[in-house]
Amino acid sequence: MSPEVATSSEAEHAATGDVSSATASAAASAAAVAEASGPQTITMAKALNTAMADAMEADSSVLVFGEDVGRLGGVFRITDGLMATFGEQRCFDTPLAESGIVGMAVGMAMNGMRPVIEMQFDAFAYPAFEQIVSHVAKMHNRTKGAVKLPMVIRVPYAGGIGGVEHHCDSSESYYAHTAGLKVFTPATVADGYRMLREAIDSDDPVMFMEPKKLYWSKDQVDLGAIRAEHAANTATGSSSEGRAAVARSGTDATLIAYGPSVPTALAAAAAAAEEGRSLEVIDVRSIVPFDDETVCASVRKTGRAVVIAEAHGFASVASEIVARVQERCFHYLAAPIRRVTGFDVPYPAPKLEHYYLPSVDRILDAVDDLQWEN
Amino acid sequence: MTISADHEAQGLADARPDGTDSNDQASEVRRKFGISVEDYMLPARHQIQMVDPSGVLKPEDEQGTEPGHEYPIPGDAELMAAYEQLVVGRRVNDQNSALVRQGRMAVYPSSHGQEACQVAAALCLRDGDWLFPTYRDAVAVMSRGVDPVETMTIFRGDWHGGYDPAKHKVGIQCTPLTTQLLHAVGVAHAAKLRGEDTVVLAMCGDGATSEGDFHEALNFAAVFHLPVIFFVQNNKYAISVPLSQQSVAPSLAHKAVGYGMAGERVDGNDLVALLAVLDRAVKLAREGSGPLLIEAHTYRMQAHTNADDATRYRADSEVAEWTAKDPISRMTTYLNGRGLLDDDASARIAAKAEAVASQLREGLGQDVSVDPQNLFRYVFSTPTPQLKEQSALLADELAREASSQKEAGK
Repeated sequence: MSPEVATSSEAEHAATGDVSSATASAAASAAAVAEASGPQTITMAKALNTAMADAMEADSSVLVFGEDVGRLGGVFRITDGLMATFGEQRCFDTPLAESGIVGMAVGMAMNGMRPVIEMQFDAFAYPAFEQIVSHVAKMHNRTKGAVKLPMVIRVPYAGGIGGVEHHCDSSESYYAHTAGLKVFTPATVADGYRMLREAIDSDDPVMFMEPKKLYWSKDQVDLGAIRAEHAANTATGSSSEGRAAVARSGTDATLIAYGPSVPTALAAAAAAAEEGRSLEVIDVRSIVPFDDETVCASVRKTGRAVVIAEAHGFASVASEIVARVQERCFHYLAAPIRRVTGFDVPYPAPKLEHYYLPSVDRILDAVDDLQWEN
Repeated sequence: MTISADHEAQGLADARPDGTDSNDQASEVRRKFGISVEDYMLPARHQIQMVDPSGVLKPEDEQGTEPGHEYPIPGDAELMAAYEQLVVGRRVNDQNSALVRQGRMAVYPSSHGQEACQVAAALCLRDGDWLFPTYRDAVAVMSRGVDPVETMTIFRGDWHGGYDPAKHKVGIQCTPLTTQLLHAVGVAHAAKLRGEDTVVLAMCGDGATSEGDFHEALNFAAVFHLPVIFFVQNNKYAISVPLSQQSVAPSLAHKAVGYGMAGERVDGNDLVALLAVLDRAVKLAREGSGPLLIEAHTYRMQAHTNADDATRYRADSEVAEWTAKDPISRMTTYLNGRGLLDDDASARIAAKAEAVASQLREGLGQDVSVDPQNLFRYVFSTPTPQLKEQSALLADELAREASSQKEAGK
């Protein structure tokens, strides 16, 4: 599996709505950021890499480790250059053992560090499941807050890259189902930086789910401004953490998506617009905590919703979103909420994955089914 | 002392992650001890035993060590302090078992018979060092200075833990097997990166050595050359399954050599030998020689917990055999013989043990009130909107229940 095959021509968007509201207040301190350089085109990989570098620069207790993250810079090159810049004590390779990586990070976090660790691929994180579920998620609770675990577990996840088996799982539902874990997933380049900084700042452990098909997606972002926004948020104690974003405004129906499915939802909304239907797209961003407010405000406005996710639909995050929206917005709904998710089958082989993944057509079909005749 | 094996034969250059050259260390060992690195890492041919079960100090050449590796006898003050904890530990074990029978504690995995291991594991460490215990190591936790009632809270049933691990530098009493060994590795790694000379002692049992995290923790500690002492209490059973069904290694201490660290085995019912071996291990680790694996041979005298029935899987004769090896009677005889333990000291120590037992009876005998809102308070640093909703739901439910009870009472 090589990173070169990871591409995305999906539509990109800048985070809007609640997320960018802090930008104005941050503008004043933007001048303080020496590297403010105006908009430039970068990849999500670069945004994530820059977020780690900035966090390591700002706080010597931030450490990056995992498999191949040192000299190689990670199989996706997300940690590229960190070992060279910060030395082998701050960014290093570990033995090839995921439970060991997570368990060691727990101990380091107990003893004053802020580890940012990489699970090489979604399905390779499963050996660490016991550490994640039994300790990472529970330590704060069982010690009544005496022991905090400020650690980030980065997980390249989901498919769309023609990967072989065990390289394309959407594992977010396992983590979202575990009380005590925050679960973030960025869909845009800007959020790659913004959300990873917030995850590293969090005193609670964060599962940071990185849609690997979006690693090489590009967008024009003003890193200086986003850094200034982060600095201002840090100073005021505010952040976009836990907030969904309105990725595209619309009036007829709401598409609720996260991570790798956001660009697909945006493409569907663009196609629907050509047919005269105005779809709003919500980028969930933070699965835990979940932003009921933003999601429900949109559905109450449009009266119709489709939830889109790559993971198997059964007992999934998508199911949870449908349930929550239905409980809160029942009287605003003109039609049952539809889901467009992966089928309940093991992730398919590369030549079959396009049948499995939510597509623009499948999303538009679901939208067509939302009882427009009523 | 951790010495990487000599990979020269395979033509592998091996610079360690910490920058030192293991071949230099290997040749240093050859020079210093006149033995191969593998021989150095292997445990002594027999367990280290300094005081025999009858309480008699063995001649130096019969203690199980190789010539030149003899262990010094710990100082009188250390022996007496440890003996006091030993007697307290036994009293605590028996008091807690009684509290379980009375329904005051949900469960108690007793370390009855293993108290010498418990005490030595705690006393070999300095204030700044860390201990990572299992669910059976409550006596070790208390011997580190944690309040007895806070230690037992985990078994009382009102919360999953009662003491602050960060304050006491004692990890939570860990239930999932060997997962805590990796936490010990992480604590040691963080300390090493900051240049601190912290030593970490991590405990597990014989059955736990079959777990994957045992392997990962030992390997990580060795590769990163960390001051972690892995202390295995081989009490012969994992609930009902005997050691022979966990491992067919010559000994559990032999596993060390596979990770490139030294192993040692010691009589786990001989407090003198345990202190001697662990003191040296801590000293070596603090000096930067890397991790060590110590296996202590002991015996779980009682069932796994009160919910277990040990008669289904082991013979009374076996238990009787180990009764004769009891760590307390042997230490009492030894200290008496040395003239260190007079009647006054015995009475003082017995009174101390009674005081702790009474503290436990009082602390655990009361009905504890629980705050249902604690369910939501500590899941995250700040409760999520979803948890706030659920907290409000429960509060409302309880308020309605209280008001209907009030109505009914009128």
